[in-house]
Amino acid sequence: MKIVINSLERIAGVEIYPIISLIIFFAFFTLVTYLVLRTSKEEIEEMSHLPLDDNDFHQSDKQSSKN
Amino acid sequence: MELQKFTYDNRLSNMFLWATVIWGVVGMLVGLTAAFELIMPNMSGNISWLVFSRIRPVHTNAAIFAFVGNGIFTAIYYSTPRLLKTPMYSKLLGNIHFWGWQLIIVLAAVTLPFGLTQSKEYAELIWPIDVLVVLIWVVFGLNLIMTMVKRRVKHIYVSIWFYIATWVTIAVLYITNNLAIPVSWSMSYPIYAGIQDALVQWWYGHNAVAFFLTTPVLGMMYYFVPKASNRPIYSYKLSIIHFWALIFLYIWAGPHHLLYSALPDWAQALGVVFSVMLIAPSWGGMINGLLTLRGAWDKVREDPVLKMMVVAVTAYGMSTFEGPMLSLKSVNALSHFTDWTIAHVHIGTLGWNSMMNFGMIYWLVPRLFKTKLYSVKLANVHFWIATLGMLFFSIPLYFAGFTQALMWKQFTEEGFLAYPNFLETVTQILPMYHLRAFGGSLYFIGALLFVYNVVKTAMAGSLVRYESDEAPAKAEPKHKEGWHRALEGRPLQFTVASLVVILIGGLIEIVPMYLVKSNVPTISSVKPYTPLELEGRDIYVKEGCYLCHSQMIRPFRSETERYGEYTKAGETVYDFPFQFGSKRTGPDLAREGVKTLPNYKPDSWHFNHMMDPQKVSPESIMPAYPWLAENEIDLSLTPAKINAMIKLGVPYSEGYADQAVADLNAQAEKIAAGLQASGIQVDKNKEIIALIAYLQRLGTDIYTTK
Repeated sequence: MKIVINSLERIAGVEIYPIISLIIFFAFFTLVTYLVLRTSKEEIEEMSHLPLDDNDFHQSDKQSSKN
Repeated sequence: MELQKFTYDNRLSNMFLWATVIWGVVGMLVGLTAAFELIMPNMSGNISWLVFSRIRPVHTNAAIFAFVGNGIFTAIYYSTPRLLKTPMYSKLLGNIHFWGWQLIIVLAAVTLPFGLTQSKEYAELIWPIDVLVVLIWVVFGLNLIMTMVKRRVKHIYVSIWFYIATWVTIAVLYITNNLAIPVSWSMSYPIYAGIQDALVQWWYGHNAVAFFLTTPVLGMMYYFVPKASNRPIYSYKLSIIHFWALIFLYIWAGPHHLLYSALPDWAQALGVVFSVMLIAPSWGGMINGLLTLRGAWDKVREDPVLKMMVVAVTAYGMSTFEGPMLSLKSVNALSHFTDWTIAHVHIGTLGWNSMMNFGMIYWLVPRLFKTKLYSVKLANVHFWIATLGMLFFSIPLYFAGFTQALMWKQFTEEGFLAYPNFLETVTQILPMYHLRAFGGSLYFIGALLFVYNVVKTAMAGSLVRYESDEAPAKAEPKHKEGWHRALEGRPLQFTVASLVVILIGGLIEIVPMYLVKSNVPTISSVKPYTPLELEGRDIYVKEGCYLCHSQMIRPFRSETERYGEYTKAGETVYDFPFQFGSKRTGPDLAREGVKTLPNYKPDSWHFNHMMDPQKVSPESIMPAYPWLAENEIDLSLTPAKINAMIKLGVPYSEGYADQAVADLNAQAEKIAAGLQASGIQVDKNKEIIALIAYLQRLGTDIYTTK
């Protein structure tokens, strides 16, 4: 008994959707990776230190106790 | 360059912190209650609002939106101003956000236990609360984005991107998934039905995990792990790739919740492929977090904050490895509907989310109150109890999951189901449920130690309301801006870019489902529910039956033998909302009403079973629902419900709403008379009658043509 018609059999070429998705992702990923690798070291260094660059009195406690 | 002085106001982070502590205890206590109810089914003492199926959504919503939610906001209100070198944009918006969010939580707590629910997992809140959520979310986003606009630093640190992605995506997901036609102030029907509703719900459900339990917590990790270890993140480059890859991939993975369901194969395949690819960015994040601590492992040995964070990040790595594995169809065939899923999510919540919250709060409270942690020893004890509690919780559930799945699929040599009685597979794993409750208790005790420790710490100091800092005014870039800098420098464009990235996935996944709407596989014998069945369905939703009973028979011999013909997409077209469920604590009910199947039960059985399940099956762990025989069906809304259904495209004849109540009474009378013939006295206007009508209708449509 085939009373059910598979819902997407009727859209022509639906299998293209997952393939498009993969291609978009791959292109996007490659682009981001390329751009990231091109970013200068100083800039990366500067950005990665952002959380540590504030007046945390506990941090300064630790530093003073080291001295 | 001239230095500008400014102050950070700690008030809001402090308020969110205590909200996290309080709701954390509440959420865990409700979860623990639910765990005990599974081994002592009538623990709730026939109090309707304490029964498992009513409080389970309270637990999940409290854990996600109250405990983790407030934790995220604590982190955001603390780290954002410090990373951007400016106070938060508006104290007023911050206050509205705080009190609005707490109001939402309280409203959830006073609606869900009383059966006011939309039944979509983690989106159970009724529509007026949804509207409030959206408003408060906008207030929060405005404050966050405007703070970015006002910043004094050139770069926007990676944590803040994660916060922004959270904001954008949750907004899109929440609104899309909650679109509904209100029938009354507390009741609505979603605009999607059946399989489409399921796809939208799990697109939301999965991404609630991704963008509420993962991205903002990664933002926390990228800020608090460097803070607590006093060293920068291992690789900032990796964090950029991690961010974009993660948000791009996550949005596609939803369909892995619907493998082997009536969802079209291509959508299932899409979900699987993207889920597997997710390992890469997820592990990128985990590795980045753990390697930040390289050379600082001596600190980890002593510092409970770092210990908690290490376990959190490790648990993140474990569950993001397990997640893709579970989305492989062959593994999912075993794991789905079992306790394996419960174990998996608790590695995520007890391990990743809670440990991050605990670690952050242990680090933050001494700073907010300018003192030392009351007891490092106690925090270490908490760490061990929590870690053991998590393992005692999850490992037994893994065993329970494997065992039950294998029992469901076991055939005898003669080709019959080895365990045709579902209950046998439940009693087999009950010892594991006891161990889970033990693990949960351990974890809860740990949480109480945590509360004691942080309260004592706060009492020993006093709140540092303002902290001053200084920074140069925002400098104009001297040289040509890098691509990412250019994007970061424009918070609105950054927000839009994140939006575009997540919409690509969402649209490609969901739009085809709509294209199909005009030629959805209609099955001619599938008819709309009768008014009584519709009322019964709403009661099924209200009581939370879907939390333990699925309505989705997968196309395996082990399932079709047990439950009947597998579920077809076309059978679900009048299901607003869908009721596939995600866990089988009890058997599947998709074909409960089909008389020719082995599971069929007469009306009188259903009545007796609902009143006292243990009287019918002594070993059953289902709670009793005696109030169903006392509460009357609310007929005042029936015509409005029919009209809402007509608006949604259900083919009731024009003006049927006027006739609906009469039809309902006629059908109810028949069922009541049938029950009376079996010696059961019950009025035809009781809820149980409607529920029985619904159960007896389930799955019968395609059998009528056979």
